Amino acid sequence: MLDLYSPGTSRLHRARAGWKLLALMAFGTAIFLTDTLWHVLAAGGVVVALFLLSGLTLRQAWAQVRPAIWILAILFVVQGIINSWALGAFVVARFAVLLTAAGLLTLTTRASDMIDAITFGLGFLRPVGVNPAKVGLTFSLALRFIPVLGQITQEVREAQKARGLERSLIAVALPVAIRTIKMADDVADAIDARGYRP
Amino acid sequence: MIELRDVDLSFGDRAVLRGVSLRLSERRIGVIGANGSGKSSFMRLLNGLVLPNRGTVTVDGLDTGTHGKDVRRKVGFVFQNPDNQIVFPVVEEDLAFGMKNLDLPKDQIAARINEVLARYDMTDLREYPAHLLSGGQKQLLAISGVLVMEPDWLVLDEPTTLLDLRNTRRIARAIDGVNQHVIMATHDLDLIAGFDRVILFDQGKVALDGPPAEVVPAYERMMG
Amino acid sequence: MDTKSIVYIALFAALTAALALFPPIQLPGGVPITAQSLGVMLAGSLAGAKRGGLAMVLFLALVAAGLPLLAGGRGGIGVLFGPSGGFLFAWPISAFVIGYCVSKFAGDNLVKLIGWIIFGGIVVMYAIGIPWLAVAAEMPMTKALTVMLAYIPGDVIKAVLAALITRGVRRALPGF
Repeated sequence: MLDLYSPGTSRLHRARAGWKLLALMAFGTAIFLTDTLWHVLAAGGVVVALFLLSGLTLRQAWAQVRPAIWILAILFVVQGIINSWALGAFVVARFAVLLTAAGLLTLTTRASDMIDAITFGLGFLRPVGVNPAKVGLTFSLALRFIPVLGQITQEVREAQKARGLERSLIAVALPVAIRTIKMADDVADAIDARGYRP
Repeated sequence: MIELRDVDLSFGDRAVLRGVSLRLSERRIGVIGANGSGKSSFMRLLNGLVLPNRGTVTVDGLDTGTHGKDVRRKVGFVFQNPDNQIVFPVVEEDLAFGMKNLDLPKDQIAARINEVLARYDMTDLREYPAHLLSGGQKQLLAISGVLVMEPDWLVLDEPTTLLDLRNTRRIARAIDGVNQHVIMATHDLDLIAGFDRVILFDQGKVALDGPPAEVVPAYERMMG
Repeated sequence: MDTKSIVYIALFAALTAALALFPPIQLPGGVPITAQSLGVMLAGSLAGAKRGGLAMVLFLALVAAGLPLLAGGRGGIGVLFGPSGGFLFAWPISAFVIGYCVSKFAGDNLVKLIGWIIFGGIVVMYAIGIPWLAVAAEMPMTKALTVMLAYIPGDVIKAVLAALITRGVRRALPGF
């Protein structure tokens, strides 16, 4: 399974996904309630310490922020010009800490455990008509068909390459969309044929 | 026994099958016909995936329209493209899916998974991601996912069309070895040479019905 | 929810993931446009309001669960909390609005189809994403809007493509 999980045996790796998710929510809320830079920096210190205690590296912590570095840079400059450089630093630091904390959850939790936790959490929505078993089936189907559609997309791109159209979004996306819809009918039939009762 | 009585089937205003009546009880039945002859729709009638517009389809006396759930328990269905039939990301989970729908106990599900993986030499693939299997392995998994539900009938719609010769032979051996009654639609005439009965469809009607030695040569003449 | 709806939800989430494989197109001005938000528009216009909206909820749940399904192999719950997280949270609502408006008001008219996809896929999405950006980054709304202006041409191109693809699918699959 394609997954951003980084295998390990630390306490954080072993903790239940649901609790980690709730903890991250609480952390994210708390960090938006403060307006003091050193609170944010202290929180960042705690997150980095947790990275090291969980057997992860500083390089992995940095990798959580790196993809957002350009937008953070833009924010910093915009804030610096319209407000103050101090506020810019505060806003950017807060995002960096939050992204790093979220990355900690992602790196120490298998996607399958996260999906189980989300499905379990949705059980509380049963009174408003959410069926966790169906949600579970939908997750499984998506995981099954992501590689299938990825492969179909590659096949179509190769076929269009022969006509010099592999960079044309419409020449690739249209056949892929048609195959997806045709496939949906067959997949639904196949599920029903194996005795599934919706 | 599966019985069709005077069945008409149409999609919108396009008639697909007209006046089809058949009693099916042989162990190995082949279904042949050109593309668009109605054989694929015929196969889908047998387990209630589609219902006739007129006439009835019954499996051991149970109507496919009113007893859909019981019929699907008796008639397992294998599709042409295993990629559309395998619905779980991991081999083991996919095998368990049909049995969970039958509410089988966990230990029985585990036992049947072990048995079918051993039978088709796939024990090492138990926790393997389905999308990394070869075409032949995928079709074997699709067939296994149906067999573990222990139906009385195995209906296969062109199960080897997407496979190379080696995998076609592998699937043919697997089908040959099952205890179930088999009804298989195919364009590969070699696959049904040893069958008990072959039904030829042409333009939505049964054109010929008999032993392969009689029907297959007639079909070959018809196709020119 | 019937089997077919479940399958549509899963397949359109998977399609959106597959579109991430398409290499980003570089527009003049340096803003890369990715094919992925095309998935949002197609989920709405092809799968319909409810199925399309839920497909995007599923997609975001998979991303949050730690699968690298966003363009560039990004994923994890962090992306939802980033400055542009509002745009991601807008995906299900956008898909729902597109699905609803396209089925109610667009018919087979290509111009209307483009118009409603722009409404759901750009107007609605920016209406959620920009305030989020403004609040999260502590900047005035007008500045946040200015930052996002560069993305509008790419998004309009995608809306036109989504409309053409929707029409193409309807022609290829009569009765769909």
